[in-house]
Amino acid sequence: MTSTVSVLPQQRATRLPGLGDAIFGFLAWGFALLVLVLLTGVIVSLVWGSLPALRTYGFDFLISTRWNPVTEKFGALPAIYGTLVTSVIAMVIAIPVSFGISIFLTELCPPMLKRPIGTAIELLAAVPSIIFGIWGLFVLSPIMQTIVQPFLISTIGQVPVIGLLFSGAPYGIGILTAGMILSIMVLPYMVSITRDVFETVPAQVRESAYGLGATTWEVVWRVILPYSRVGVIGAFMLSLGRALGETMAVTFVVGNTAKIATSILAPGTTISAALANEFAEASDELHLASLLGLGLILFILTFAVIGTARLLLLRLNKQFGGH
Amino acid sequence: MDIALVNSRKRRNRIVAILSYAVTASGLLILTAILWTLVINGLSAVSNLSLFTEMTPPPGSSGGLANAIFGSVVMTGLATLIATPIGILAGTFLVEYRRGTWIAELVQFVNDMLVSAPSIIVGLFVYTMLVLPFGHFSAFAGAISLAIIALPVVVRTTQDMLLLVPNGLREAAFALGAPKWKVITTVSYRAAFQGLLTGVLLAVARISGETAPLLFTALNNQFWSNDLTRPMASLPVTIFQFAMSPYADWRSLAWGGAFLITFAVLVLNIGARAIASRSRS
Repeated sequence: MTSTVSVLPQQRATRLPGLGDAIFGFLAWGFALLVLVLLTGVIVSLVWGSLPALRTYGFDFLISTRWNPVTEKFGALPAIYGTLVTSVIAMVIAIPVSFGISIFLTELCPPMLKRPIGTAIELLAAVPSIIFGIWGLFVLSPIMQTIVQPFLISTIGQVPVIGLLFSGAPYGIGILTAGMILSIMVLPYMVSITRDVFETVPAQVRESAYGLGATTWEVVWRVILPYSRVGVIGAFMLSLGRALGETMAVTFVVGNTAKIATSILAPGTTISAALANEFAEASDELHLASLLGLGLILFILTFAVIGTARLLLLRLNKQFGGH
Repeated sequence: MDIALVNSRKRRNRIVAILSYAVTASGLLILTAILWTLVINGLSAVSNLSLFTEMTPPPGSSGGLANAIFGSVVMTGLATLIATPIGILAGTFLVEYRRGTWIAELVQFVNDMLVSAPSIIVGLFVYTMLVLPFGHFSAFAGAISLAIIALPVVVRTTQDMLLLVPNGLREAAFALGAPKWKVITTVSYRAAFQGLLTGVLLAVARISGETAPLLFTALNNQFWSNDLTRPMASLPVTIFQFAMSPYADWRSLAWGGAFLITFAVLVLNIGARAIASRSRS
């Protein structure tokens, strides 16, 4: 093989046809498959890891409200409840607000401010969630405890039936505070997707509506929304998926108590908060398996939501993004 | 013309506009308030230079974050080194090898799911793969879990950027007799270089603030550690531990760490944007 030293590079390429191609193509193929393997691996490891808990408690694992590492009784319901309720609160706040901001950015904003505000919101979407968490702990919780929660307790808390949701003592931390922090955290993310979706509406369509004398609100409600409905729902569901699985923004302020209280002011827990707090210290096999079981439930929840969202957005791209 | 109808339409429109201005203003106000608190609390902690030279202290005494900063840099760096080549090649496969086929669509869909997957799930996965079998937490496991989070980001941007490379360029290179791998590395990659760099920067920004996957992989370490097979401190995990504590010194360090992370993430994002907009013009 010493003779190849004198061979010119071009000749070498023709002499070994396809060897470079074979290696390169094989690597690309293998790494693309790795993406699929990763997802499969996540599913397999969660199912396999949670088997002892699922075998011991069976269906009870899903519906039992007791979570007690000392007596080895593990039920996932308080964590599932907390995850769902905090996410619902976050969506109730974030959807109208992000909708308003998106309308502002696409229809009302002076062109001069459009780029700076849009960029600022995109940058805020990149801020790590732990930042929102410690802000919630040090700034929002005291405000909730001294101002917002006493106010809620003395007003809505006095109304029969609904009042039960806002009863009890003002702890500061709790399900409501966690939901609010989540809403602030998903807001920039939600706005940047919703705005992008709004902007897929062709200018001719919007301008025709304006030309017929429609007001801004009518253009948004009757033209932009119907046109981009699928994408907007996709954007909301992506944000919901993010809220469901969020760990750090929630763990600081949710209270970390595995209980289901009637009041949303009371402390609770979420799946991710329970994992963050207990996982590294869980030494007992059943405890560990139960935590992995929580992880499996979270995986199923978020992937159902995110999967639907992605399918919706995919459909939207095929329909309108034909470039 | 029905004047009453016109008026009610105008009124409704004005109400929506006012609401829209109001939520935009309050949304931006809250987000600014968060950054403001961060800067105020963070700067006072960062202005103390011992933050960068001293180790994380035991409860109730002063110290720094040197070992946590080092750990974050090491694990983020290692994760980037792992995720970049894998992600770029996987993205290459989707565009240059199987564009438009079912396998490419499947990989793309799964990849998009992984982009938005909860990071704590990745932590659980790596725990069962790399911590449980070896019996102890390790910085290497932490780096792998960060790499798994960075990977789909790199795949996605690589794919988007390679799709922008005009086919004429590739065809010209093929016509000169270049083999495929050479066309990809010397033509496609070169044409899309700035885009690929943007993707890597965004991936680094994404993982440098991640906390959840490190909690049960790299864990934490109160001391300086160069050993990848042992637990290693990182800024986010240290912030988590310190902020939840009742000690004033620890809380101040947590703010300092939060400031450093946000600063790094914003700088990386702005850098990525600058590169992307320069390559577009």
